Amino acid sequence: MLGNKAVARGMYEAGCRVVSSYPGTPSTEITEEAALYDEIYCEWAPNEKVALEVAHGASLGGVRSACAMKHVGLNVAADPLFTVSYQGVNAGFLICVADDPGMHSSQNEQDSRHYARAAKVPMLEPSDSEEALLFTKRAFEISERFNTPVLLKMCTRVSHSQSVVETGERIVPPQVPYVKDPAKVMMTVNSRNAHVRVEERTRELIAYGESCDLNRVEMGDTSLGIITSSTSYQYAKEVFGEEVSVLKLGLTYPLPEKLIIDFASKVERVVVLEELDPILEDHCRRLGIKVSGKDIFPICGEFSQNLVRECLGKEIPETLRIQDAIPGRPPVMCAGCPHRGIFYVLHKKDCMVYGDIGCYTLGALSPLNAMDLNVCMGASCSGLHGFNKALGAEGERKSVGVIGDSTFIHSGITGITDIAYNMSNSTVIILDNSITGMTGHQQNPTTGKNLRGEPAGKVDLEALCRALGFDRVRVVDPYDLEQVETALEEELAAEAPSIIISRRPCVMIKGTVHGEPLKPKEDKCVGCKACMKIGCPAISVKDGKVKIDTTLCIGCKVCTRMCKFGALQA
Amino acid sequence: MTKNIMIVGVGGQGTLLASKLLGYVLLGQGYDVKVSEVHGMSQRGGSVVTYVRYGEKVYSPVIDRGEADMIISFEKLEAARWLEYLKPGGLIITNTQEMEPMPVVTGAAVYPEELVEKMRAAGARVDAEDFLALAVQAGSPKAVNIVLLGRFSRYFPEITEEDWQQAITAVVPKKFLELNRRAFAMGKGA
Repeated sequence: MLGNKAVARGMYEAGCRVVSSYPGTPSTEITEEAALYDEIYCEWAPNEKVALEVAHGASLGGVRSACAMKHVGLNVAADPLFTVSYQGVNAGFLICVADDPGMHSSQNEQDSRHYARAAKVPMLEPSDSEEALLFTKRAFEISERFNTPVLLKMCTRVSHSQSVVETGERIVPPQVPYVKDPAKVMMTVNSRNAHVRVEERTRELIAYGESCDLNRVEMGDTSLGIITSSTSYQYAKEVFGEEVSVLKLGLTYPLPEKLIIDFASKVERVVVLEELDPILEDHCRRLGIKVSGKDIFPICGEFSQNLVRECLGKEIPETLRIQDAIPGRPPVMCAGCPHRGIFYVLHKKDCMVYGDIGCYTLGALSPLNAMDLNVCMGASCSGLHGFNKALGAEGERKSVGVIGDSTFIHSGITGITDIAYNMSNSTVIILDNSITGMTGHQQNPTTGKNLRGEPAGKVDLEALCRALGFDRVRVVDPYDLEQVETALEEELAAEAPSIIISRRPCVMIKGTVHGEPLKPKEDKCVGCKACMKIGCPAISVKDGKVKIDTTLCIGCKVCTRMCKFGALQA
Repeated sequence: MTKNIMIVGVGGQGTLLASKLLGYVLLGQGYDVKVSEVHGMSQRGGSVVTYVRYGEKVYSPVIDRGEADMIISFEKLEAARWLEYLKPGGLIITNTQEMEPMPVVTGAAVYPEELVEKMRAAGARVDAEDFLALAVQAGSPKAVNIVLLGRFSRYFPEITEEDWQQAITAVVPKKFLELNRRAFAMGKGA
């Protein structure tokens, strides 16, 4: 069972009744799998902050609840996280967060374990699917026993690996009655008292961690003792098997003290094996234990068994090689992707493009090269405004923000509000492809459907932008390059804030109507490769003639505008 | 002893279904199995890899350089890309289809020639064939994943035809069942 599916199964078995999340690789399947159980109410929220608040609200209402997000999503949800820690729960409340060491699908590789310590919230770290299921169930128990939210930290290799699990029955605890309690209002004296309780709770959790079965000692040879958690435990066992002694930590905040001191005293040398930051290592040092950690292992990137072998002086397997350079195969926008037309025009006009997070970040790659900057969800709008405040009219006439529909709802609305309110003549392009694409086609508030695909409320993007103070709002079809170019020229020149909505559904959405694949007229092709400038994976030029891969081409005809010789006419 | 199989290809070629089916079959043989894949950015026409590990007790979810017993490749360049993950003397089953990556399409790089011969010379056993053509013959180019598994089954006589058929029935959507049965037989028989 996939690690993320095992978390969903754990939620189901624990009697969880409400899940609210925002999609983000590698966490997305937790919520999609939970939604397959009719007994759990599941929703996509506009962003992670909202999701956490919704799920916590359900906990206060008396039912077990959860939310799931990727590591950078927890930054968005950090505000409620810190105070929910003070306020506590009514029924069990779980926050799943999935890190991405190696940045397979992320813009940074921050270590979420810092949040557990900073917000003083217990964190469980499973190392495979079986533990993902068991730890999820245990998290609800810990949450209720200690009156605290609980973080479940996943990572790409636990979330997206399948391993054997044993499933159980669903047991639904009775709904906890909601009772009004003035101490739950987090202000002044209540918050001061709550902080004292949180510190006391942390001490109780340390005591719990000393003897609970989430932390486990596997004694082997005592010449080397490895302290580890999560997927790093699997690499240690892969390399050493029973050869060494291992302290495997499942509860990684708060960390036990006696257990670690005791383990360290039984082995000759202690090594801390953890991906990203030295959190277990720093804790060991505070306890006065002499350890090796980041002096031998890297802080950056993902671990593997060969890395463990290399850093601990074991032999690495022999490998095979050929001499040729193997060309890279970066991801590309799909054939017929509606974003392509926009990025082609932006490239042609040599605009400064402040991009955002989604499939369209691929617009940065060759041959379109049409993205200058990106930071985080929503920064395309607010960052552009700041950029234009620095450069004035010079920036305003050349620069655009580009943001997808789901990302716009997530964090773009406040950014464009700033543009309208504080008046820069900024131009933001909303790429409305009617879906959350990159994470695997989730619905969002602009699509008119909910997580289960049923009819739902629908944001009217044009009306929303007008209501926020934009007088200039226009809609273009990204397949119509002339229309896009005209709109872009006019809006960049306009002495007013403006929004261009590029509207066409993602070609990968089921039911999107595709045209006939193009049949190039080879006799008209002069081999000039002008058609290659749009970076469509369906187009290639072989032996001086254009070829179309008919299994990929969906007949969007954007390429036909590139060809002066009529070789690509349908 | 843990055995390691890698399934590599280009995003969209159906590698995930192949790994799901393979994992299902191996579990049925009583092995501990781990299957690891990466979703998201890498799926958009990029290079994709899935690790399948099985044995008595499997720890790491990934396969490292020099560890793979076998690589099943949906595209020739991808087989070469992951060659250094193969053990000396390990087996590569590769589709001979060539899909040019964007750097080759734009002329920034070249698609290397005679890759099969070069991989053999480096010390790999290579079973190369136009599996895409077999898939088309079976009824759809999309069935290339099952054609490749059909070929794979030749090297695992201990897994019975019945077990494979049962796995295909369990994993493949019903309306494509007949197509995939044909595809499996073509890969195995060719």
